Amino acid sequence: MDSALIPEGVKRCSLWKFLLALALVGAVMLWGVYAMLLCWIKGLNQTNMNDYYGFALWIWADLAVIALGGGAFFTGLLKYVFGKDQLKYIINYAVLIGFICYSSAQLILGIDVGQPLRGWFIFWHANVHSMLTEVAFCLTCYFIVLTIEYIPLALDNRQIQKVPFFANLTHNMHSAMAVFAATGAFLSFFHQGSLGGVSGVLFGRPFSFREHILIWPYTFFLFTWSAAAFGPSFTLFVTWLTEKITRKKLVKDEVIHMVAKISGWMIFTYIIAKSIDTLYWMFATAPSQGLQWSFFYQNNPLYGKWILFTEIIICGFLPGLLLIFKATRENPTTRVAALVLGIVGVCLNRWVMVLQTLAAPVMPFDSWVMYIPSWQEVATTILPITYGIILIMISHRYLPIFPQERELNPIDTPDAPEAAELPEPAPAVVAEGQSA
Amino acid sequence: MKQTQSQQRPKRYGMAIDLDKCTGCGSCMVACFAENNVSFKQDETNKLLSITWLRVYKITNGKPFPDTEVCYVPRPCQHCAGQHEGHSPCVSVCPATATDYSLYTGIVSQIYTRCFGCRYCMAACPYHARYFNWWDPIWPEGMERSLSPNVSPRMRGVVEKCSFCFHRYQLARDKAYLEGKRPIREEEYQTACTQACPSGAIVFGDLNDPAHEVYRIVQPDPDNHYKARNPRAFRLLERLGTNPKVYYLSSREWVRRAGDNYLENEAPGTIGAPRGAH
Repeated sequence: MDSALIPEGVKRCSLWKFLLALALVGAVMLWGVYAMLLCWIKGLNQTNMNDYYGFALWIWADLAVIALGGGAFFTGLLKYVFGKDQLKYIINYAVLIGFICYSSAQLILGIDVGQPLRGWFIFWHANVHSMLTEVAFCLTCYFIVLTIEYIPLALDNRQIQKVPFFANLTHNMHSAMAVFAATGAFLSFFHQGSLGGVSGVLFGRPFSFREHILIWPYTFFLFTWSAAAFGPSFTLFVTWLTEKITRKKLVKDEVIHMVAKISGWMIFTYIIAKSIDTLYWMFATAPSQGLQWSFFYQNNPLYGKWILFTEIIICGFLPGLLLIFKATRENPTTRVAALVLGIVGVCLNRWVMVLQTLAAPVMPFDSWVMYIPSWQEVATTILPITYGIILIMISHRYLPIFPQERELNPIDTPDAPEAAELPEPAPAVVAEGQSA
Repeated sequence: MKQTQSQQRPKRYGMAIDLDKCTGCGSCMVACFAENNVSFKQDETNKLLSITWLRVYKITNGKPFPDTEVCYVPRPCQHCAGQHEGHSPCVSVCPATATDYSLYTGIVSQIYTRCFGCRYCMAACPYHARYFNWWDPIWPEGMERSLSPNVSPRMRGVVEKCSFCFHRYQLARDKAYLEGKRPIREEEYQTACTQACPSGAIVFGDLNDPAHEVYRIVQPDPDNHYKARNPRAFRLLERLGTNPKVYYLSSREWVRRAGDNYLENEAPGTIGAPRGAH
């Protein structure tokens, strides 16, 4: 029924199957929307946040999706500025994932603030000394850049391209994309960094406070670095997931291997820098505030030394090395394992920088406070995930997101759009054959 | 009005709380509630959700009976100045300039109608002196009539905190202005908690004015981030570089030690600001 909208030369599942999947994800999304409305109408008393946990699950989710969405700016930087042309086969998807991540972050922030209608005050009454102000400005600007990068993808739909104006607009926007990619990379450096700065400047919180280079704490640079390192890993992981769900090979292995190698080296170098930062904090910064580093990892039910070991060794050095070595990088199992570990690692880092910072007591007569999110917080955190899945489903079905898809999945039937109505093929064999 | 202020030396309002005198009766908390229209809920058992601009902590020396000693620590907002005047932990991070540092008074203000509830200031404050309005304030029937007309009640979704009863400063300032632009006298501006304390444990005044009692007690050293020269006096978490204006006094060393974090081999009162603190 919708075959006229589907790109030529590719196969898609039947419309009813697509709509059914859409309805299932949409139902979960509605649950999230309900929770979001509760928070807006009844207030943040719907959450389990309290006066010790002003920041909680949402801010973690915010930081995590922005780090994971870092694949968009870094892939764009590599392709358009450093001339890694092979990346053109995955850049569309990186942009789409980035667009989803950043729009999700905006949505989460919209729910998180106590007075959402005053959100514009951050621009109007801006305090230029606040890291959050820098986050707001750069995040908004970069989201606009991502929207500009996503528009030509959306306009690439077969029917829209029949309109000469849109065809020309798409062509011209594609031509100018290098400028936007460079702008995006510049903005990302600052907003990723300032998100790290949000916790790094808290000189009243010895767990997260870091010393500075000029006005920027070390976490500023570590956050940018980690987003550039783990963002591409997330892009690769979502690509792998999409291939498994659609049962098609969508991107050639040489492209995957290239991105994995870059991500591996970025992770490895990042985790060395992170280790140095941690050691300096352990033996210089924290003691200067009268605290042994071990204080932050004891006398509480959750935050032990295991979390440090997991973040740095298991989810840092290990995935970095797995992606650096050719044998493990080109083995799908170890590669995907490395991607998952890396994603867990960066999410864990964001968690401790937000949640453990607030959990640890600062006044000697205070105590650790733990936190479990309410269902409303969980639902509203799942909400952007469902929105992302829906946007990926629609984009994948109607837009030529993967330029190599047609080549990797040739259709025997001469009339491709008709083929789209056929029952789901079993392209797993083809896919495996291609990847071998 | 600004002209009047600029003609005078800047004030530095602060507080000295003698912990050896405090009995933990809670009068200061009650006075603060009533004075500042602090809202409350029917069930206030969860203290992580209770708004208490001034909270009294109970601390002990950790020794078993009969050596157990108890001390009560009233904790209002510390009105931190930071390592350079105005770089308070909370003021420096607020993205919308909804909390501000007055160079005329040293008081950290909170602008409720500008706060959009991001709670970054709460994350920044190591004293937990900032409170979020998780609920709409609902007063028991008839109680609206007893609210103070000088303090605006706060709406849901914004942060609030102790203001050193700033409205009292405004009233005293206006009075002094109308009476010939004279300076505000010490007794004209006192916080509600100071006046309510039955044991006289709280002393409030200008830390820049040697005539004020708080100055004589604390003996602040302006060349050393206003660190107290009085060996009995200390500030909470002084090592973090927050430079607060609330001083505590005690003759008991374990109490002074409880005011900050120390490594095992360190003695209280001998440590300066940490490296890298702004």
